[in-house]
Amino acid sequence: MNLAWYWTALIAFGIVNFLLISASVLVYAERKVSGYMQNRPGPNRVGPFGFLQPFADVLKLVFKENIVPTAANSFVHSLAPMLMVVIAMASGALIPFARGVVIADMAVSVLVLLALTSISVYGVTLAGWSSNNKYSLLGGLRSSAQMISYELSMGLAVLSVVLISSSLNMVTIVEDQGGGYGIFAWNVFRNPIGCILFIVTAFAETNRAPFDLPEAEQELVGGYHTEYSGMKFGMFFLAEYVNFFIASFVIVTLFFGGYLLPFESVLLAQFPGLEDSILLMIMQIGTVVLKASFFAYLFIWVRWTLPRFKYQQLMTLGWKYLLPISLVNALLVAIGVIIFS
Amino acid sequence: MLSDFIPFFIQLGIAIGLSFTLLKAAALIGPKRANVIKQGTYESGMDPIGSAHQRYSVKFYLVAMIFIVFDVEIVFLYPWAVSFREFIAAGVGPGVLGVIFLFVIILAIGLVYDIKKGGLEFD
Repeated sequence: MNLAWYWTALIAFGIVNFLLISASVLVYAERKVSGYMQNRPGPNRVGPFGFLQPFADVLKLVFKENIVPTAANSFVHSLAPMLMVVIAMASGALIPFARGVVIADMAVSVLVLLALTSISVYGVTLAGWSSNNKYSLLGGLRSSAQMISYELSMGLAVLSVVLISSSLNMVTIVEDQGGGYGIFAWNVFRNPIGCILFIVTAFAETNRAPFDLPEAEQELVGGYHTEYSGMKFGMFFLAEYVNFFIASFVIVTLFFGGYLLPFESVLLAQFPGLEDSILLMIMQIGTVVLKASFFAYLFIWVRWTLPRFKYQQLMTLGWKYLLPISLVNALLVAIGVIIFS
Repeated sequence: MLSDFIPFFIQLGIAIGLSFTLLKAAALIGPKRANVIKQGTYESGMDPIGSAHQRYSVKFYLVAMIFIVFDVEIVFLYPWAVSFREFIAAGVGPGVLGVIFLFVIILAIGLVYDIKKGGLEFD
């Protein structure tokens, strides 16, 4: 897609706004779902069914004082939440939303995504270090150890997808899943172990339960954001929700056919006029958002179902189970690629 | 192509603008009533004992070092993964896989050694 820079900027602006609004919807969804899971109604006072609650929360956060502890390093204290928001929002540029609707369609978009994931470790670590608070520091250290441990398995799970589609471009990876077998050409059927590995590591990378050790309330108060309040805390919160929505999009893109409709090739053979039409584009955007919403729901569902791991359980799972399994899986996929080509 | 990255940098710029706006808006609108107790470091209600900027446990460095070894390994595997189908088309697929297998085995021995030595015990 070769648009003029101002059109790209407009679409990028639209996607940032889309992510902002979806983050508020996800906050509402999480509170409502957790409410129903615990047999209580959840937010139901602000607006119809409490739907305006996240917007009221944002307004409240903006009107709160920006407290920087005297002992903290004030520059890094502000840098950390900014870094988190910037990384979360920038990842949105790499997701293909429909055929031809992707902001940055570069040859190595998967690598850029992994690089962005690595940088978000800095946000948490710097937040923990700069607060000069023991709880924050422990939260930041735990988080960096956790994120780098699970990054390896995540990299290897992505590697097995790259082996199948022999490309680092997300659009090519999606189109590669549109073979003649309908949904059975999706990578989840060609590489099921890789899919499970990627979903598990995505939970760990986004610091969601059961991997939310950095903010284990019983031990570490608020973890790395103990000393954050007002809008800076809101930015961490926003980044967390955007991150797991982006993670859902990446799971869908890599393993569940991305924007492809189920049995799209059959549908296009039936209605040839549909190809390259606006209708197909809208249907594809709807499909990818629907699929990603399911995985966002999965993130919420798991958070309110599973208890948190202990630290050594987490490291044992990452290093002694996931890493060997993902190494073996990558080699098995390579053998499969030789057999099926 | 380097020009493929321009849209990404546009998005990055918008994201930076957004985070600046959020931070500045809150700093402008919010009240500013500094006070010694409020600006103090939180330590469950006690006066903080010492600074948090101390030495960390060596375990964290150990994890980081093992991470770097395996991360570099994965970086080496990516070019192979991208061009693996070309190797197969050229008829050398199994041979190349054998070489990669050897490479992974060497690093796996390192991982097993590390686990046996207790480098990944965290109790």
